[in-house]
Order: sequence, then C-alpha cells, then structure tokens
Amino acid sequence: MSVLVDKNTRLIVQGITGREGTFHAKGCAEYGTKVVGGVTPGKGGTIHEGWPVFNTVEEAVSATGANATVIFVPPPFAADGILEAAAAGIPLIVCITEGIPTLDMVKVWEIVKRLPVRLVGPNCPGVISPGKAKVGIMPGRIHKEGSVGIVSKSGTLTYEAVYQLTTRDIGQSTAIGIGGDPIIGSTHIDALKLLNADPETEAIIMIGEIGGSAEEAAAEYIKANVKKPVVGFIAGQTAPPGRRMGHAGAIISGGEGTAASKMAAMSAAGIHVVKSPAEMGEMMAKVLGKA
Amino acid sequence: MKIHEYQAKDILRKYGVPVPEGEMATTLEEADKAAKTLFGKGNVAVVVKAQIHAGGRGKGGGVKVTKTIEDADAAAKAILGMQLVTHQTGPSGQKVQRLLIEAGSAIARELYLGLVLDRASAKIVFMASQAGGMEIEQVAHDTPELIYKETIEPAIGFQPFQARKLAFKLGLAPKQINPAVSFMMGLYKAFVENDCSLMEINPFITTKDGDLLALDCKINFDDNAMFRHKDLKELRDLAEEDPLEVEASKFNLNYIKLDGSIACMVNGAGLAMATMDIIHYAGGSAANFLDVGGGANQEQIENAFGILLSDPHVKAIFINIFGGILRVDVLASAVVAAAKKLNVKLPIILRLEGTNVEEGRKILKESGLKFEVGATMKEAADLAVAAAKGGK
Repeated sequence: MSVLVDKNTRLIVQGITGREGTFHAKGCAEYGTKVVGGVTPGKGGTIHEGWPVFNTVEEAVSATGANATVIFVPPPFAADGILEAAAAGIPLIVCITEGIPTLDMVKVWEIVKRLPVRLVGPNCPGVISPGKAKVGIMPGRIHKEGSVGIVSKSGTLTYEAVYQLTTRDIGQSTAIGIGGDPIIGSTHIDALKLLNADPETEAIIMIGEIGGSAEEAAAEYIKANVKKPVVGFIAGQTAPPGRRMGHAGAIISGGEGTAASKMAAMSAAGIHVVKSPAEMGEMMAKVLGKA
Repeated sequence: MKIHEYQAKDILRKYGVPVPEGEMATTLEEADKAAKTLFGKGNVAVVVKAQIHAGGRGKGGGVKVTKTIEDADAAAKAILGMQLVTHQTGPSGQKVQRLLIEAGSAIARELYLGLVLDRASAKIVFMASQAGGMEIEQVAHDTPELIYKETIEPAIGFQPFQARKLAFKLGLAPKQINPAVSFMMGLYKAFVENDCSLMEINPFITTKDGDLLALDCKINFDDNAMFRHKDLKELRDLAEEDPLEVEASKFNLNYIKLDGSIACMVNGAGLAMATMDIIHYAGGSAANFLDVGGGANQEQIENAFGILLSDPHVKAIFINIFGGILRVDVLASAVVAAAKKLNVKLPIILRLEGTNVEEGRKILKESGLKFEVGATMKEAADLAVAAAKGGK
C-alpha cells in the first residue's frame, strides 16, 4: 500500500501547456502515472502532447474522471487555481507553484479546509508512491518501492533522504512534500496521520526546517500516536534569525521557529534526530536493523 | 521587504491613522528646514530619528528629543552619517543616510499594537498590549498574558467589536474607545490592502491631551505579493541592504550573505540551509545561503557564480545540486561556461544528483576544468572544508 497516490490515480495538470507543466506532465506519465488531461483556460478543445486540454477543471473532471490535480499555474493565479480544483471536488490537489501571496492563501485555506478535498502544498515537490505513481516534480529514478514514508517541507531534502535510502537498498512507501510556505494545506501532522495508518509504512522520516512551530506540534502528535520509528532532521541549524531563508516560511522570528527548539521537541518525542542531512539514511538503516 | 519608519507612517496617513507630523531629510539643510517648520508651528519639542531598517535605534543613540532649533541641528549633525549599532544591525552597524524630523509628543501612555500572520491557524492576528515601548518578543516570552489577541476571520475581516475589545483591554478612557477602533480598523485595512507580512505600532501612545498616535511604525511586506504593488516596490531602499544581496535580487536569486569562507550554490531552500549546516558539522562555515531555484537557466547560474566570486572572503565554492525541476546537465553546462568565462581560480567542489545527472557529470568531465566531485554530500562538504582551509 501507499498513501495519497497509487495505480488508481487519474491526474490532470493545471497549467499543462506551460513550460514546467509540459515538462512535468511528461515526467509523471513516464513514471507510470495515469495523466488523463490538462487545463489551460482558453485552450480547451485542443490536444497538447497527446493530452486533451480543457478550459475549466470542472470540464476536465467530468470528461476524464480525474481524481487528482497538480498545479503549475503562475503565482498570481495559483490561489484561484487551487480554489477551482477544490470547487470541482478533486480529492487530491497538489500545488507546486512557489510564490503565492500569503494573504491569498489565508483566504484560500479558509475555504479549502472546509471542503472534502486534500491540498498538498503550495511550494512543494508533490507526492510519490514509488513504483506506483508520481504527482509532482521529483526525479522518479532515485526512488525505490518499499516501506519508509517521508514527510518534508523541502523538496530537495526529500530527494536527499530518498537517495540515501535507495542507495542502502531501503525503499519508500510514499514521500510527501508538504511545502515551505507559511500556509500549507497538509501539515506534518496530516501526513504523519496517513503514514501512521498505512500498514505498509514501517518507519517514517520527518524533515522540517526553521520557522513556525509545526514541527513541535508534529513531535507532540508522534509522542502520543505514532508507534512506528521516526527519523528526523531540521534544516537551518546555522541560519541567522530574522532572515527569510529562501522559503517564505523559513524564518526565525521573535525567538520562534529555531532549529534547536524543533530538534529538542522531536528528541523528547522519541524521534531519532540527526544533526547532519547526510545521516538520515544511515540512521534509518540503523533503526530498521539494516545498518 | 522592509521599509523605513517615515515611509510606513506615510502609508498610515493614507488610511487615516494619526501619526506625528514630520518630514524625511537626507541633508542637514533639509533637517534644519523641517525642524524650523515644526518649531514654527508651536511644537515644544522636535524629535530627530535615524531611519535605518533595524530596531533598537533609540538605545543605539539614533533618536534625540530636542527643545531648540540649535539642539535639533546638532542632533541631526550627530546622527546623519553615523554608523548606528543596534542589537539588530550586527557589530559593524548601519550607516544613517536618512532622518525623520518629527513633532515631539507629550506621552501619557505607551502601548503596543501589532498585526501578524499566525501560521498555526492560518489567520491574521491583531495583538495589543499595555507593555508598549518594549521588545514585544521579550514581553511575549516573559509575560504572554500581557498580550491580548484577536484572530481575524478571513472571510469577513477585522470587526469593530474586536477592536473595541482590544481597546477596552488596553484600559483606554471611554472617549478614546471610538478613536482607537477607527485607528485599529485603519491599520487592518492598510495591512491587507498592501499585503503586509508584519505591522507593528510600538509604541502606540496616548498623549496628555488624550489623543492617540502611532509614535513608531514598522511594516514588512510579503515579497510574494509585490508583483501587484508596483508603487510599494519603489519604497525599497537599496542602501539598507547588503550590496551582494541587492545584486542577487536583480537576478531573482535567493542569496543571503553570511560571514564564512565556503560559498554555496544549492538548489532548493531546504537543501541550501542543510548545506550550511553540513559545512558547519564538517568544521567550516558558509559564506552565504544561495538557492538558485528550480527553474534557473544558464544565464542565471552564471550570475550566481559572479555574485559568489564577488565575496572576498570566499576560499572555496561548494555546489550542491539535487535536480528536480532544475536539470543537472543544465547546471553542469552553466558551471563550466561560467568557470571558463570568469577564469575561476578558487577550488570548486560539486555534489550532483537527480534529473539528467549522467549527462551532467559527463559535461564536467569533458570540460577540461579541475572540479572536485564528492560522491555524497558529506564527502563533498569535507572536500570543501579542506579546500577552504588549504586555500590562501
């Protein structure tokens, strides 16, 4: 098993005719994901790279039976794209777009959180269940089917963790990139709930970064609910306070959001916290008795 | 994006939020003229305030209350051009290039108002406290019960009853409640219409006459929203920013200058932070944070190279790329092209993995340039630290 995406995933791509949309629609399809079409307003009725293009998400869903969407719409329009997908009732909405204004997300999340849909991102690499489906921008070839679940705020650090596992012959059940913005749809806790409930996932890698207090909350959740072993890493241990470290959400402000606080909370929750990002795979191998 | 106090107060004025009368000055002549005007209007005091993008200006000697034009001129002379050191500027301080010459106020009470995003609830929170004029972070840490909060519902926005609640909790007099409500409503409107990420009025004062005033104002904007605020972009003061960071921002590169000796070029903010961390654990220190981003093209990577090489403290360059959106071969070609073009003498250590990695490695190998390639991130970090220590 896996969570969120698998062989039954029928994916549409919002912004499919754009450069990134095209590149990654192909990437997802090449990985084996059933890409069933795309949406670009004004280009409905055309065929792009073999896929039918629709003017609206609603049309795309009714024509293709899509149950997942991945959004590559530029930042000024991405919040609207998320709302359109949510209004169309697509159960899984993955938003890759980086740079959505925070106040747009405040409004969007207020609506989306009430609907029976799941938002992953924005500003995330997406979700992959190795060997089954990829909905996102991660390099598929580094993954291996298996039983370690991953949840991470950072795209490239997720790849790093995956790569360290795969080279140790440890496969992954599902890797969920939740995104580095201050407001995201699925949090560490949401992803942990899914991975914890997934019978195939034996262990979890949780990757966080400075800013906010989501990791501290996740640590509390793990302490109370997760019996599976968890390996953790926090990026930004040497980051100066008050500076936004690339991700809109990665900022230590008012003494909140430091790596030290997150690492302490995670250690106290029984998570195997590693200091160096190079040690994530090694620690997981140890935890699984495969070192 | 940060702006100066005088610019923030200009924004507040547009929203009907009362601020002291004042003018910005970049020369002593302008300062003198502004002070004369204010004294001429009967103000008993004129305040000379350094305008830099950092807090703690008063403690650092950047704010002076004067009673005569001679004092005001002397204060302007002392402050303009000074290297102002506060707890937020770092030890070298920030050169003062602008002053705010402002009417003095007869302060009765110093309070605090602030608007900020609460990430946990994904809503804006309006904060108020009677502990004004102090570091609000310290207040929040030591005495959180002294900070009153109203969470704002995104669908309907900040409501008058919420402002009233805060106003009463601040212990304002009955006749001050309505002005306080419109004051706070104005702040909220300014916050959302300008896509602010932070707004603080500290102190928010009551005067001896019972008036309400924003004595200081700090506003930060959401960088992600600046595409729809061309006018606000104009408020950016490049003199307040690190020159290399300004240069990097022209190319849309996420670059932050640090004080180590190993320059980093990384894709992805998380990996870029983690690269700084791993350099630290390998015994070195990063010269910068640099996320070249997911869609970086060859030209942009060449620009990034140029910026890294402009930092005189750099002894080695560590390129750590895990290709997702950014194809590794694109990066490898750019590295080769830039290294040849700029005739890079510093050691370059690379760690590459991801999309089109084989092509990328081939490009490096066939370049004829000497690159050190680490098989893992740890190995590459060790190589980079060794190279930086061996370098001159």
